[in-house]
Formats: sequence, structure tokens, C-alpha cells
Amino acid sequence: MTSRSSLRRTLGLVCIFISATLLLSAASSSPWSKIPAKDHARTNPLASRPDSIPAGTLVYKENCEQCHRADAMGDGHKKPSLRSERIKSASDGDLEWFIRQGDLGHGMPSWSRLPEAQRWQLVAYLRSIQ
Amino acid sequence: MVRSSRNTNLTSGRLLPVFFLVALISSLPFPTLHAQEKPYFITYSHDLEEPGNLELESKTAIGQPDGSHRYGALASELEYGVTGWWTSELYLDGQTTGQESTLYTGFRLENRFRPLMREHWINPVLYVEFESISGADKNMLEVVGHDGQGDLAEPNADTRLQHEHEAELKLILSSNLKAWNISENFIAEKNLGHEPWEFGYAFGAARPLRTLGSGKPCIFCLEKFTGGAEMYGGLGDVASLTLGDTSHYIAPIVGWQLPKGRLSFSTGFGLNSNSLDRVYRIGWASELPQVGTWFRRNGGTR
Repeated sequence: MTSRSSLRRTLGLVCIFISATLLLSAASSSPWSKIPAKDHARTNPLASRPDSIPAGTLVYKENCEQCHRADAMGDGHKKPSLRSERIKSASDGDLEWFIRQGDLGHGMPSWSRLPEAQRWQLVAYLRSIQ
Repeated sequence: MVRSSRNTNLTSGRLLPVFFLVALISSLPFPTLHAQEKPYFITYSHDLEEPGNLELESKTAIGQPDGSHRYGALASELEYGVTGWWTSELYLDGQTTGQESTLYTGFRLENRFRPLMREHWINPVLYVEFESISGADKNMLEVVGHDGQGDLAEPNADTRLQHEHEAELKLILSSNLKAWNISENFIAEKNLGHEPWEFGYAFGAARPLRTLGSGKPCIFCLEKFTGGAEMYGGLGDVASLTLGDTSHYIAPIVGWQLPKGRLSFSTGFGLNSNSLDRVYRIGWASELPQVGTWFRRNGGTR
């Protein structure tokens, strides 16, 4: 009986620990404020290529349009517009960093699964629609 | 649970209708996306489902143990992105064995959590699974303990009577380096009866054949193909941690992104005498985007 209540207490503590960790992680603040300086300073290595914007358009259509809509205006709530001052004022490096990292706590997945070249193509597309 | 009669020469052909049913669903006039995850069959990367998306996936495994009949096993999967850091899945498993029978073999409930919200060199994911399956399950979605081809050779009539309730934990470590994904999975499985903990592993590496997007909607462009390999096997149990007396496989994999889904192929080669000589796998995955909004007025948000 004692060992059972001890086990129950241990399991309870483990559950509380895991829940607290997940909640703390989920409640983290805006990632824009955490962009490292070296990422902020990066420029788009594909910016001068004429095919970057059409390629980025396709990457956007296949991966981003489902949430941010075809016109990139979002839904006005949790899926924000990508035609905004925040995007316009961000550096190329900021945008690539944000796409790579995502914002898991607020529903934006990490797109590190996309090859880096396609993330830069996406940055070129985002620049083109501002 | 037995769905069809015995004494048939059909093997994996019976699973084809189910496979094509999943493909058919994907071709219906719902908005569908090609699934984005890596084309691994056994290994998990740290890619989670996008929040609100529902992925439909089927994984077929075809093999033939020594001295037994050829079989085909099908795992049908529903995977839902609950949040950016939590993905939940339901698997329904079945198999058909030549000259024996076709069986529904059980279900699995999985949850994957990303405890760290940022990308790192190595990204951990915690995986928790409960499975209620019969001993006849032949999907081999993981190899643990002393699993070997002898388990797959037992007749369905015997193994379908063995009901197992198991808990499985995985530590998934995964890195996206340049265009490569490298993933390592460490598996611990416990039969909730009085069985010891069993262990296993899976490693995978995959890369798109071209990293730069061509900018043209195409089917045969190199960036639509992903190549790689995975290796998996058992590590014995608490009483005997070992690489022997269990089975190990190495499997080249190819993934092909199509407009409506992802097609994957793999041929697994057994690395020791406990392993099947070959395991052929075919997978199809398709995503229904933002399923949650279908049930909200005015396309509301999560």
C-alpha cells in the first residue's frame, strides 16, 4: 500500500514537471526579440537571382498559403498578415531565422525542414510583396 | 476480428484496395497538400505536423520469413497537429498472410512533444505510445528486444490470440544540417503484462536530391525527390542487452513529392540470420490542411 502511494506520488510529480516544462516553453515571449546579431546581419545570397521570386512564390504556395492565405493577408487573428511593417522592417536574416525557427508556442511551425536555399527564395518572395 | 477466410493464395494483393482507398481519399476534391515530413518508415525526425493539419498515411510492409508464407502488413495512420509542439497519431494495423488469413491486428495511439521551442544542433522530441495489438501484427514499425523473423513465421491462428498492451517511449534526436536530416531514435517498450523492458534503435539520414527550388510546378524535378537510408534493430531487454539474438535492417529510402501527397519506397535488407532477407515498404501520405477550421464558422482560428 505504501509503495503504491509512493509510486502514485512519483508519477504525479513527473506529470507536474513535464506539464510545467511544456507550459513554460509554450508561454515563451516573441521570438523576434531573440534573433542573434549574426543572423540579423545576414543578407539573402539569392536576392540577385531572377528566378528567386518565382521559386519563392511556389515555396510559399506549397507550404505557407494554407495558413497565411493566397494573398498573404492571413486571417486577421493567429495567422498574421505577411504584408506588414514588421516584415518590411525586418532584415533578410531576421526573416530567414524566423522561418527556420518558427514560433512553436504560438502555432508557427519550424521550417528548418526546408532546404536553406528554399528559405532564402521564400525571403525573396516576402520582400517582393511588401 | 478475422475478416476473411483462410486457404487463399492472395498475399499482399488484399492490402492493395486499402492502399488505393487512401490514395482515393487524397484525390477527392478536398484541398490536400503533399505531406512535408521525411520519407522514413521507421525513424522519426523532429518534424511535427503543422497545427490544425491532418495527415493521412498508409505504410505497407511486404516480407517472407524463412519457412513461412509471404505476408503484407498495412498500417493506416491519422496524424494531427494539435499545436506547434504536440502531434497526436492514431494507427490502425492489419495484415494478410498467404494461405492463412487477413486480420485486423490492433491500434496504436502516439503523441510526440517537442520540449524545446527553438531549433538547435540536436532537437529532442519525446514520444509516448500506447498500443493494443495482437501477436499477429507484422508491420514492424519498430524492432525491439529479441524480435526476429521467427515471430513473423508463426501462424496467424496462434498469434492472433495473443493480445498485447504495450507502452513505448522513444527519445527522438534529430538535426537538420545543411540539406541533410539526421535522426536517431532510442526505443524502450514495455509490455504492460509482466514482461521486461525491451530496447531498440533506429537511425536515419535523408536529403532532397536538389535543394534549390526550380520555381516551376513540376512532378519530376529533382527537388521533388528525397533519398536516404535508415537502419533499425533490437537491443535486447533488461535481462540481456545485446545486438545478437535480435534482428537488424538497413534500408535505402526514396521519397517523391507529388501534388497531392508523398510516395515513399524502401527495401530493407536483413543484416543477420534473425532478420528477414528483404522487407519491401511502400508509403503514401497526404495532408488535409487546417481541418479545424472546417468546423468553425467563418473559417475561425485555433
